[in-house]
Amino acid sequence: MRTSSHLVYLIALPLFSSALLLLLGRIADKWGHLLATLVSASTFGIGVSEFVAMHSHTGANRAATQKLFEWISVGNLKVDASLLLDQLSICFVLLITGVGTLIHIYSIAYMDHDKDRRRFFAYLNFFIAAMLLLVLGDSYLNLYVGWEGVGLASYLLIGFWNQNPVYAVAAKKAFVANRVGDLGLSLAIMISFAQFGTVSFTGVKAGAPHASPAALTAIGAMLLLAAAGKSAQFPLQSWLGDAMAGPTPVSALIHAATMVTAGVYLITRSNFIFDASSTARILVVSVGVITLLFGAIVGTAKDDIKKALAASTMSQIGYMILATGLGPVGYAFAIMHLLTHGFFKAGMFLGAGSVMHGMDDEVNMRKYGGLAKLMPITAVTFGLGYLAILGVPPFAGFYSKDKIIETAFNQGGGKGIILGGAALLGAMITAFYMTRVVVLTFAGARRWKDGSHPHESSVLMWGPMVILALGSVASGFLLSMGSSLVNWLQPVVNASNATGGKELMKPLVVSLLALAVVILGAGYAIVKYRTVPEIAPEQVSVFTKAARKDLYQDVFNNAVLVKPGTILTAGLVATDHNVIDGAVRFVGWVISEVSDVLRKIQNGYVRSYALTMLVGVFIGAVILWVVTA
Amino acid sequence: MNLLTLTIILPLVGVLALAVAPRENTKAIKLIALFTSVITLISSLLMLTKYKFGVSGFQLVTSHSWFKVFNINYAIGIDGLALVLILLTTVLVPIVIVGGWNESENGRWSVKTFYALILILETFMVGEFAATDVFLFYVIFEAMLIPVYFLIGGFGRGDRAAAALKFLLYSLFGGLLMLAAVIGIFVVSLHQGPGSFDVTTLSHLKISHNTQDWLFLGFFIAFAIKAPLFPFHTWLPGAARSATPGTSILVLGVLDKVGTYGMIRFCLTLFPEASKTFAPYIIVLSLFSIIYGAFLAIGQKDLNSLIAFTSISHFGFIILGIFAMTSQGITGATLYMVNHGFSTAALFLVGGWMIQRRKSSQIADFGGLQRITPVMAWCFFIAGMSALALPGLSSFVSEFLVLIGTFTRYPAAAVIGTVGIVLAALYVLILVQRALHGPLQEGNEDIPDLNRREKFAIAPVIIALVFLGFYPKPAIHIIDPMTSQVMAQASMSDPTPLAGK
Amino acid sequence: MDISNYLYLSVILFTIGALGVLIRRNAIVIFMCIELMLNASNLALVTFSRIHGNLDGQVASFFTMVVAACEVVVGLAIIVTIYRSRRSASVDDASLLKN
Repeated sequence: MRTSSHLVYLIALPLFSSALLLLLGRIADKWGHLLATLVSASTFGIGVSEFVAMHSHTGANRAATQKLFEWISVGNLKVDASLLLDQLSICFVLLITGVGTLIHIYSIAYMDHDKDRRRFFAYLNFFIAAMLLLVLGDSYLNLYVGWEGVGLASYLLIGFWNQNPVYAVAAKKAFVANRVGDLGLSLAIMISFAQFGTVSFTGVKAGAPHASPAALTAIGAMLLLAAAGKSAQFPLQSWLGDAMAGPTPVSALIHAATMVTAGVYLITRSNFIFDASSTARILVVSVGVITLLFGAIVGTAKDDIKKALAASTMSQIGYMILATGLGPVGYAFAIMHLLTHGFFKAGMFLGAGSVMHGMDDEVNMRKYGGLAKLMPITAVTFGLGYLAILGVPPFAGFYSKDKIIETAFNQGGGKGIILGGAALLGAMITAFYMTRVVVLTFAGARRWKDGSHPHESSVLMWGPMVILALGSVASGFLLSMGSSLVNWLQPVVNASNATGGKELMKPLVVSLLALAVVILGAGYAIVKYRTVPEIAPEQVSVFTKAARKDLYQDVFNNAVLVKPGTILTAGLVATDHNVIDGAVRFVGWVISEVSDVLRKIQNGYVRSYALTMLVGVFIGAVILWVVTA
Repeated sequence: MNLLTLTIILPLVGVLALAVAPRENTKAIKLIALFTSVITLISSLLMLTKYKFGVSGFQLVTSHSWFKVFNINYAIGIDGLALVLILLTTVLVPIVIVGGWNESENGRWSVKTFYALILILETFMVGEFAATDVFLFYVIFEAMLIPVYFLIGGFGRGDRAAAALKFLLYSLFGGLLMLAAVIGIFVVSLHQGPGSFDVTTLSHLKISHNTQDWLFLGFFIAFAIKAPLFPFHTWLPGAARSATPGTSILVLGVLDKVGTYGMIRFCLTLFPEASKTFAPYIIVLSLFSIIYGAFLAIGQKDLNSLIAFTSISHFGFIILGIFAMTSQGITGATLYMVNHGFSTAALFLVGGWMIQRRKSSQIADFGGLQRITPVMAWCFFIAGMSALALPGLSSFVSEFLVLIGTFTRYPAAAVIGTVGIVLAALYVLILVQRALHGPLQEGNEDIPDLNRREKFAIAPVIIALVFLGFYPKPAIHIIDPMTSQVMAQASMSDPTPLAGK
Repeated sequence: MDISNYLYLSVILFTIGALGVLIRRNAIVIFMCIELMLNASNLALVTFSRIHGNLDGQVASFFTMVVAACEVVVGLAIIVTIYRSRRSASVDDASLLKN
C-alpha cells in the first residue's frame, strides 16, 4: 500500500473554509458562497487526480494511506488519525465532491434571496469535510467522527430556518434518530475492540475469521443499527420525511445522494463481518426489504413533492441495503445503485427545487400541474431522472436495479422468491408513485392560482440539473460496461464474479419481468391521475390513510417511546424532589422538631441555667465519687 | 521556593493585596484578582517545564513537618492526575473572573470579599490536588467548604442561604466519615511501624479485607457526596440554581473533581481489594447516575438545574471509568474530569450571560436567540455539543475511552452507559431548540450579543474543547503513567482481546 | 482547732453564694454571691494547701483572685451598661437571647 500526502487536503480545505466563513461572519457575506464553491470544486479536482493516480498503480498499491498524527493511544487501544483511499472510498469521494460541487453551484442561485446564504455555504462545506472523513477514515473510530459530523451538518442544515419551530423540531428529530444509530456504531466499535484489540478496518478484517459467530453477529447487528439510523432504514426511518424541512439543495445532497447512503458504505466496508455471519446477513436483507416496500408505499400517498421523493430515497436505499445482504456479489451492485441513485435522485431533487423556486416555495403537488410547458428544462431533466429510477433501459437504474433484483432471485429457494418478489413489487410501486409525481407536476391541467408565475430557473440552477440528468442517462451503462465497477471493487469486497453462483432466472427474463411490472405501475398511475382534485380527498381507503401517515410510524414512536419517556421523566423529577431529596429534608425536619422541643429548656432565666449547672456539677461529683470509691 | 508551593501561595498574596486595596475602587480590586490569577496560571504552566513526562510517581515534592507527634507533614507533590487538575483549576479561575466580571456586585458583602474568597478557594483547590499527606488533604477538604459556603450564601440568587447550608451540611457529613477513615488508616499504620499519613507509605500497608472495606467506605462516601453520585446528589441542583455562574463553574468544574480525584488517589490506591469488592455496586450506582441524571436533565425547566443534572450524568461516566479499572477507563475518566471542567465552564458561562440578560433562568422564557444574538447562541451550541460528546470536541475522546474501557471488563454496564449518549442528545437538543430556535419570544428583542470581554472569556474554553478533541495526546501523555501506576498498585491488568490473532 | 472547720466554713459560704445566685434577681447581688463562692473556694484551696503542706493551693488561689478581679471589671461594666439602657438590674429582664 502506498502513501499519499494529498488526502488530508480533501478534508482540511472544506473544513478550513467552513470555519473561516463562520468566524468571519457578515464580512464574508459578499464572497462566501464563491469561496465555498471554489473549495468544493478543488476537492473534486483532488479527487479526480487521486483517481487518475490510482489507475497508474496496480494491485495492492492502488490503495493509498496517509497517517496524520497519533490520536488516541491508551493501553492497547491505539487509534491514529489516518486516512485510507481505496477503490471503495474513491467512488464516494468522486460522488460527494462531484455532486457536492454541482449543488454548491445550484445553491448560489437557489439561496440568492436568503440573507444567511454565507452560513448555508459554510454548513455545506462542513458537510463535505465530514462526509469525506467518513469515507476516508481508516478505522471505525475515524469513521465515527465523520459519521457524527455529517449528522451535525444534517442537523444544522435541516434546521437552517430554525426560527420556524416545526423545522427546529425536525432537525432535532433527525439528530436523535441518528444518535440511536450512533449507539449501534459505538457498540460495534466496543465489541470489535474487546474481540480484536483494535478498531482499524485492517485489524478487524484480519481478526474476523478467529472470532466467535455470536460476536460477529453482534457486531453485524450493531453496524446494521447504525446504518439504519443514518440511512433512514426501518425502524429508524421516521426522521427522513421531516428532514425535508431543510432547503432543497440540502435534500438533494445530504438526504438523497450522499449522507443517507453512508449506511450502505458502512456495511460494504464491513463486508468481512457480514460475510462471516449469515444471521447478520439475514437481518440486513430483512431491513432492506421492509424498508424498500415501506418507503414505496409511503411514497404513493404523499402530496408534498419533497416528501414523495424522500420516501422514494428511503425505498431505493432499501434496495441497496438488500443488495449488501446478498453476499459478496451484492456489494458491488449496491455501490453501483448508490452511484446511479446519487445522480438521478439528486437531479430530481434539484428539479423539485427548481419547481418550488418557480412556484413561490409551494410544495403541494396538487397545486402544480402542466408545468412542462413553462419549465421545459426542468421537465426534461426530471423526466430523465424519472426514467432512470424506473429502470427503463438504457437509463442508469436499469443496470443497477435490475442487477439487484436478479441477485435477489439468485439467492435460490424460498428466500430467493421472497426477496426477488419483494424487489419486483417494490419496482412496480416505484413506477406508480414516481409516475404520479411526474404527472401531477408536469402534465395535466394547471391547478395553480393566478398569483404565481411559474418560470424556468437561471442557468446556475439548470446547469447542474442537466449534468446530473446526463449522469442518470449514462452512468449505469458506463459503470457496468465490462463489469468495470465490479472488477474495480473486487479487491475490497472480494466479489468472486459478477453473476454469482446459481441462476434462478436468466438475466433477460428478470429484465423483461421488471419492465413489465414497471409499465403496469406507471400505466395505472397515468390513468388514475389524469385529473386530480386540488384538495386531497378525505374519503380514501385505509391504505392511503396509513401511507399518508407514514404507516403510523410516528404514531407508534409517540405511543411507545415519546409518551412513556415523558411520563418517566416527569415521574423521575417528582421522585427526585419528593423521595430522594425528601428523605434528606425529612432528616432535617426531624432534627429541627427535636430542637424545637429542646429549645423550651432555654427559658432565658439566668438562675435556671445556674441551677442546671449546679445540678450537673453535683451529679458529676457523685458519679466521680461512686467511680473512684 | 518550590514552584508547586509558589502556585499554592500566590493567590494568598493576591488576597493580601486585596486587603489593602480601597473598598470602593471595584475596578482595581477586580484587576488585582485577575492579575493574581494570571500569575498563578503562569506559575502553574512553569511547572510543566520542570515536570518529567512519562514518569510515574510524585514530582516537585516538598515536605515540612507540621505535627511531629502524629507524623503529619505539609507534604505536596504532583503526578499526572494532580497536574492536569491543577492546570484545570488555574486555567478556569482567570476565565471565571473575566467571565463574571459584574457578578460580584449584588452580593451581601463587598466586591473585595468576593474576590478574596475566589482566590482563597483557588489556593485550597491547588493545595488539595497537590497534597500527598492524607491529613493535609483532609484539612483542606474541609477548609474548602468555607469560601464556597460564603460564595453561594453571600453572592448567589434566590434561596441562596438554604442552598449554601445544604451544600455545607452534605459536605460536612461526608467529611466526618472521611475523618474517621483517616484516623483509622493512621491507626493501622501505627500497628505496622511508625505511624504515617503519607500516601505512598500508606499504599504499601497490608490491611485486612474487613478493615479495608470499612476504611474504603469512609473515603468513598465522602467522595461520592462531593462528586456527586446518585443518591447523594440532591445538594447540587440547588447550589447550581443559587450560585453565581462563576461559583458554579468552580464548584462543578473543579471542586467536585476532588471527589473523583480522591476515588483514584485514595480508594483505588490505598484499598485495592475493597475497591474490587465494591466495584460492581459502584458501577450500578454510576449507571444509575448516568441515566437518572440524563432523564432529570430532560425534565428540568430551569437552565441552571438542567446543567447541574447533566453534570450528575457526566460524573456517572467518570466514576464508571474509574471503577472499570482498565487503563482506558482510568485514563478516560481522568481526561473526562478535565473536559467536563471546560465543558461545564462553557455551559455555565454562556448560560449565566443569557440569564443575566433575560433576568430569568426559566428555559421557557428564552427562544429565538439564534437570530438576535448569533455569537452567544453559537457559543452555547458548542458548549451543548460538548456536553453530548460530539466527536471533534474533547469530551468525546474521554467518554469513548470510558465506555470502551468499561466494555472490555463489564460489557453490560457499557451497553447501558451508551444509552446515555442518546439521552444526552435529547437533553441538549431540547434545550437548544427551546432556548435558541423558534420564533423570538416576547421580551427578548433587546438582548445584546456577547461583548468583547465575554468573547475573550469564552474563547480559551472553546479552543481547549476543540484542541483536546483533535489532539488529546498531550493530556493523555501526562495522565498515562499515573494510570499504569494505579493499575499496578491495584494489581489489575487490561483484559486481553477475546479472539486470538 | 481542727483544721477541717475551715473547710466547713468554706462549704457554708459556697452554699450561701450558690443559693444567692439561684434565688436573687438583682444582678449586683448575684455578682456579689459569685464573689462569695470564689472566695469560699479560695478558702478551701488555702486550707488544702495547709493540709498537704505544699504551696499549690495557695498559688491556685492567687490565680482565682486575679480571675475574680478581671471578672469584676468585665462583669460590673456589663451590669452598668445593662442598667443604663434598661433602667433595671434584674437579670430576668435581660433575657434577650431567648427567641
